[in-house]
Amino acid sequence: MAQVSLRKLVKEYEGGVQAVKGIDLDIEDEEFVVLVGPSGCGKSTTLRMIAGLEEITSGEIAIGGDVVNDIPPRDRDIAMVFQNYALYPHMSVYDNISFGLKLRGFTREEIKRRVDNAARILGIGELLERKPKALSGGQRQRVAMGRAIVRDPKVFLFDEPLSNLDAKLRVQMRTEIKQVHQTVRTTTVYVTHDQVEAMTLADRVVVMNHGVIEQVGPPNELYRNPATIFVAGFIGSPAMNMIPARLEQAGGGGLMVQLGEGLSVPVPEERTARYAPHANRDLLFGIRPEHLTEATRIDKQNLAPLTVKLDVIEPMGMETLVHFHIDGTSVCGRVDPAAGAEAGVRMALAAHMEHMHLIDKGSGKVL
Amino acid sequence: MAEAAVANRDYPRVYGKVGSLHRERAWALRWAYVSLILASIIFLAPPFYMLVTSIKTNVEMADQSLNPWIVRNPTLEHYWAILSNPIFLTFFKNSIIVTILVVSVTMVISVLAAFALSRMRFWGSQVLATGVFLTYLVPDTLLFIPLYQIVGGLGLLNSIWGLVLVYPTLTVPFCTWIMIGYFASIPKELDEAALIDGATWPQMLTKIFIPVALPGIIAATIFAFTVSWAAFVYPTAFITRPDQMPLTIGIVSQLVRGDTFAWGQIMSGALIAALPPVVVYVFLMDYYIAGLTAGATKG
Repeated sequence: MAQVSLRKLVKEYEGGVQAVKGIDLDIEDEEFVVLVGPSGCGKSTTLRMIAGLEEITSGEIAIGGDVVNDIPPRDRDIAMVFQNYALYPHMSVYDNISFGLKLRGFTREEIKRRVDNAARILGIGELLERKPKALSGGQRQRVAMGRAIVRDPKVFLFDEPLSNLDAKLRVQMRTEIKQVHQTVRTTTVYVTHDQVEAMTLADRVVVMNHGVIEQVGPPNELYRNPATIFVAGFIGSPAMNMIPARLEQAGGGGLMVQLGEGLSVPVPEERTARYAPHANRDLLFGIRPEHLTEATRIDKQNLAPLTVKLDVIEPMGMETLVHFHIDGTSVCGRVDPAAGAEAGVRMALAAHMEHMHLIDKGSGKVL
Repeated sequence: MAEAAVANRDYPRVYGKVGSLHRERAWALRWAYVSLILASIIFLAPPFYMLVTSIKTNVEMADQSLNPWIVRNPTLEHYWAILSNPIFLTFFKNSIIVTILVVSVTMVISVLAAFALSRMRFWGSQVLATGVFLTYLVPDTLLFIPLYQIVGGLGLLNSIWGLVLVYPTLTVPFCTWIMIGYFASIPKELDEAALIDGATWPQMLTKIFIPVALPGIIAATIFAFTVSWAAFVYPTAFITRPDQMPLTIGIVSQLVRGDTFAWGQIMSGALIAALPPVVVYVFLMDYYIAGLTAGATKG
């Protein structure tokens, strides 16, 4: 059990390409932290540097308070689960799981005890004699986790462990990973490009882009209060709508967001002071699809009516996604399936303005 | 409705397509069989002729009026003559010693070299890997004269140890090349997992790479065995003393006296000499194919 801390961590490849550009991160003991971002954002490189599989160009990595920059992977007391499982094909499941223990000179009884314990946690007791080729994708992933668990390391590292699984199994394994973490409580760093995985698994999510950390925080915090346009767009599916808009003074000291096509919505009173310095500027108006609902749900404050012509509707069962355009920008809303949304027909929607965001186009910062 | 009708009309054509695929496959199979049978005849004719000749009496061989492909009075006299000749057994022993040593030396060097070249990224490793392969492209007919100087300088002419020294120059580059290719097909995550599990580089090689790359190692072993067992140019150049000769040149030098060819013994000797490679192939091929079908390189 241990904390992991990254200080000004830089990875520069030959030719001067910087994959990781000086990131700082503190991961608490027993915490489950997910690094998420698009491919090439530096998340896997960061994980591999923690593992010791990638050399550090500059900066410092400490595990459990000890700087491990120059310590080889085997002495860092970490365990890693790979995307393609990386099981040893010529060994049985038992040998795969116990390989690390054997190399470290554990007694036969201790190895058996630990393997049996890991097999029990993961429900792979019957598979111990099989070779990896005789296992399904989900079983292989469990074995790979077993290999990590038996070592009882300071830190678990997961490198996109669910990417090779089909959608259904991915959801199931996601739950299992969370259960395993709740059982063994080992500090975990998990890399994924899937924001749903990040949201569901993490105690804290680290959103990375272009080698820097955009934002760190608990999943709901990131969802509700994204710090940058990138986080706002990356977290949440369907993505947050970002509509070019102009913030203008309205009568009585209020503010209005002009969306184009003559549409405008009022800024809630409690936000007026925050946004006042940005009045009369061109900004992006950000609002999540679930905060653009049918107008019949108007039973709360801060709902602004918005009547638009729907282009496409997508019934999802529990809700219906409606797509329309405002001044050429595609916008998505979520309405009740019973609300009678129909393509090509005008519909009265309501924007839940207490969930609005205003984004500075230049800096990409959420105001 | 019109669309449905069109779809229905297309139905038989879809079936026709499947049928033609089946027919194409049948034709492809027929061609495959014809070519394979032809190839087998071409390649099996010489050994068959050797076998036929080896069990003929000298009288029958000399009679030009008979069909050379048919044996009238089969005899094993040539085999007895060969096997009861102590010098022939010496050739056999020399070939076995040289081959076992060369195969061992080759596999140790090429597995280690391939592991280093394919996995331990170091300055110049790419150039070295290519260089290894380029040396294989230089034919032994070009090399035997300079090698003669070297072997002579070391005082190893007329000794099987000279052969043990020079054969690896033929086998190591190619075997290293095969092994580099094989090691390259092993996913990188496998070594990373082993590194994290606590393996050192030598442990990674012996516990992961060698078992996983066993089919490749067997393929390389077969190659080294074949080259070493069948080598002809080097022993011809370096060995003139009969007691140091391997089979390949022993048979030729001892059974051809001037213009007198002891055909029966040459053929029976050659067939006996060809037996060990056949045995090795049959034995190792089973392992080789078992290794491949086990999907050993699939993570």
